[in-house]
Amino acid sequence: MATLNLLVLVCLLYVALLFAVAFGADRAALHGRSRWLRSSLIYTLSLSIYCTAWTFYGAVGFAARSGLEYLTIYLGPTLVMIGWWYTLRKMVRIGRSQRITSIADLISSRYGKSTLLAVLVTVIAVIGTMPYVALQLQSVALSFDAFAEAEPGGRAPNTEATALWVALGLAIFTVLFGTRNLNANERHHGVVMAIALEAVVKLFALLAVGVFVVWGLSGGVGDTLARIDASNIARWEVSGSRWVGLTMLSAMAFLCLPRMFQVMVVENEDERHLRTASWAFPTYIMLISLFVVPIAVVGLDILPAGSNPDLFVLTLPLHAGQDGLAILSFLGGFSSATSMVIVAAIALSTMLSNHIVMPIWLRMSGKHAMMSGDVREVALLARRFSIVFVVLLGYAYFRLSGGGAALAAMGLVSFAGVAQFLPAMMGGIFWRGATRAGALAGLLVGAMIWFYTMFLPSFGASLLMPQAVLDHGLFGQDWLRPYALFWTNGMDPVVHAVMWSLTLNILTFVTVSIFSFPSPLERLQGAQFVNVFRHTSTTGTWSGGLGQSEDLLTLAQRIMGAVPAQQFFAAAAQRQGLEGYLPEPSTDFLQELERELSGSVGGATAHAMVSQIVGGATVSVEDLMAVADETAQIMEYSNQLEAKSQELQRAARQLREANDKLTQMSVQKDSFLSQISHELRTPMTSLRSFSEILRDSDNLTSEETRRYASIIHDEALRLTRLLDDLLDLSVLENGQVVMNEQVGTLQTVLDRCTAMAVGEGRKLEIIRNREAEDIVLHTDLDRLAQVFINLISNARKYSDAEAPVLTIRSALDRDRVLIDFTDNGSGIPTEEQSVIFEKFARVGQNEAGGAGLGLAICREIMQRLGGSITYLPGQSGTAFRVTLPVSTRVAAQ
Amino acid sequence: MTKKVLLIEDEPNIIEAVSFILSRAGLDVKTHSNGHDAVEAVRARDPDLVILDIMLPGRNGFDILQDIRADADLADLPVLMLTARGQEKDRELAKRFGVSRFMTKPFSNAEVLEAVRDMVAP
Repeated sequence: MATLNLLVLVCLLYVALLFAVAFGADRAALHGRSRWLRSSLIYTLSLSIYCTAWTFYGAVGFAARSGLEYLTIYLGPTLVMIGWWYTLRKMVRIGRSQRITSIADLISSRYGKSTLLAVLVTVIAVIGTMPYVALQLQSVALSFDAFAEAEPGGRAPNTEATALWVALGLAIFTVLFGTRNLNANERHHGVVMAIALEAVVKLFALLAVGVFVVWGLSGGVGDTLARIDASNIARWEVSGSRWVGLTMLSAMAFLCLPRMFQVMVVENEDERHLRTASWAFPTYIMLISLFVVPIAVVGLDILPAGSNPDLFVLTLPLHAGQDGLAILSFLGGFSSATSMVIVAAIALSTMLSNHIVMPIWLRMSGKHAMMSGDVREVALLARRFSIVFVVLLGYAYFRLSGGGAALAAMGLVSFAGVAQFLPAMMGGIFWRGATRAGALAGLLVGAMIWFYTMFLPSFGASLLMPQAVLDHGLFGQDWLRPYALFWTNGMDPVVHAVMWSLTLNILTFVTVSIFSFPSPLERLQGAQFVNVFRHTSTTGTWSGGLGQSEDLLTLAQRIMGAVPAQQFFAAAAQRQGLEGYLPEPSTDFLQELERELSGSVGGATAHAMVSQIVGGATVSVEDLMAVADETAQIMEYSNQLEAKSQELQRAARQLREANDKLTQMSVQKDSFLSQISHELRTPMTSLRSFSEILRDSDNLTSEETRRYASIIHDEALRLTRLLDDLLDLSVLENGQVVMNEQVGTLQTVLDRCTAMAVGEGRKLEIIRNREAEDIVLHTDLDRLAQVFINLISNARKYSDAEAPVLTIRSALDRDRVLIDFTDNGSGIPTEEQSVIFEKFARVGQNEAGGAGLGLAICREIMQRLGGSITYLPGQSGTAFRVTLPVSTRVAAQ
Repeated sequence: MTKKVLLIEDEPNIIEAVSFILSRAGLDVKTHSNGHDAVEAVRARDPDLVILDIMLPGRNGFDILQDIRADADLADLPVLMLTARGQEKDRELAKRFGVSRFMTKPFSNAEVLEAVRDMVAP
């Protein structure tokens, strides 16, 4: 028991070590120190999960039972790695560019993201993997039992119980390993690191056992070769069909096994690792299978008859009393089994949760769940249960198959099951004509035949398949016999099943594909998968991307102009945290650029140009550049034209304005001339008429004569005054008048004006606040007096009061003098207040015969003096306010 | 029978001059010195002839002429337009509105008298 306990202890320590390695690798990846994690060596070692307990234990058994045939299982992958390197690279490229998470995802994505296909592939994969997991459980359980049996006085081994414990242990182990976090890219640095370590352990263990057997037990290379020659192995008949069939089968399984897809495509960090793996992995396989035949031969020779050849690797050291080597061997087998189960369970749980559990859960819980953070939790939970489910299924297979089958036979059932994916997968990658219907039909047909001819019979007669069916076919139809479909008697069962399932699979797939039509999404995905190398640049390197950016910049420069384009690109690069002018051609940037370009060349053209550079090109870049040049030229012409047109418009506007001004001036001049003409004609009419009366009339009284003569005199004066006013106004308006600055008080000026007004025509009383008039003025006092006299005489002439009174109020408002002239008349109507300062404006009846120029002259004078004259509304009568700055000196004008 | 003349004019000296000339010739001269109620004055006075200025306070001579011609009773009334606005366009406008005769200021007393006599002749 001490040995068994030791074995359990060693196992636990080994698992603890694996945990530590995985944990360390995850930590390192998290902190970005994962360069060594991403080496091609690790990648190659992770591929060695192909070598499971089947290899470790089963290969020897295979060899002991079937001779060199075991080599076919390693020949297939080797041929794939070396000969189908291009295909592998294509799968990896598609996996990365489409963010593929599993083989079910790959096939469903290719055929228009079909859920049905994903489910079908998942189901086939799960069922197909059952025997494989069972194989691992069986081998680990057997190896435990081998130790138990070897112990003196050991209890009778209970393989089934051991297998259950192993299954549970592996499930827990995988849950802890594989679902510690939910990575968006489904990469598991820790797991990959751990299985790489296990790859080393199992290789080392097998080599150690081999060396011990050859040199320890057998007595050297020569002795061993002699034993081989003497054994049955050398005399095994080599069945050609089995050799070809098994080699092909292992090659196909290598590509289609969910766990192989996981490590080869999903966990791939760099396409270039494939190059290393293409020679390193075959080397590994060669090394691991190097001692298979010697171990088998020596085992058959030394061990008692009836010993299970699948356990020679373990029982030979035990038999020789080499407990340490036996434990190492056990660890190698344990490594092989655990690494396979872990990765297979992870791969299958991803498929189960992504394609079956999550869709159902999301449909059931509706939109709310997607918005909340539950998704992550549910996904993790789904994966954990899926892992347990997958492992328990394996255990169920182990129990049902009775636990006695040869490991290799179980493995081949799995191989044939997953090989059904190959037509749909390869067709999807290389044939654009492949359709979803074809893939579905092919998979269904292939899987059904495999299930009927291989999976069900693998449990042995009468368990799941009655002996009658085996012997006479389903429903007694002898062409439906599982081992002799269509009367193909006498074939090896494995070759028979593989041949029929794959042949009909391929035929159905191709035929249905040809006669069905792909949906648009299928077409699109098909093109992207088949032409993956055309559509994607080398992943992981930025040079291709920046090269595209440079082309884009060249294009943009021609359309937008050099400086704006450079600024735009530099800004985009800066936003991406890059220096210089070339940003990564990210989707965001491309959309931004398209928007920018579409401002110049239109949306569709911009999209076409950008996608021609970024996507696959059917129009050469040179052609596009030519288009862009033309566009730029046209735009330049149009810019010039626009500038010219604007210039012309400006000139036209100026001309129009000038014309308007001239027209206005002309109208004003006409109106002015017509008014002057009228103003002159009126007094002249009186002059002429009365002088004719005086000349021609007889019998005029002296009274009449005097009166008419005085009218003539007055009208002559009026005419003179009019001419004086006109001249004065003209001089004032033209700015040709010279203002003479004088110094005097406001009082003196007003005294002079009122004195002049006294005795002129109608009587006018003038009221002043003389004390407020003591303000010294520096201005042209004569011109100011002219304004005052005009206002006083207007009041006298136009006031409609019976006894006209003019109030002159002077006041100082800060630095201005305000002089208000208010009479006691009825004032000027509001609508006429605005025109009284215009030339020839006269209010009411023109009895006084003014020409209407007085106020216009006043306004001009006050402007010259730096002040103003305004009508003051809201007073009792007509009121004018004259404003004048106190100290402002009159500028010499 | 004495012919009645209505002088519509705002310039006092001209009113006096025209009144003097026509009265001396034996015509009955009445005057009206603003535009806005000129047409009413014409209806009230019922003259044989109207002498009409253009530049009148309140309403201009063209509008008054149009109103006179629009009135059925006054449609045939002789109207002599006597104005300081002697431009050709004013003469054209007056003709279009149905003026009987158009004379410009300053005028010859003899010519005005002759025109008036001619227009009021039976």
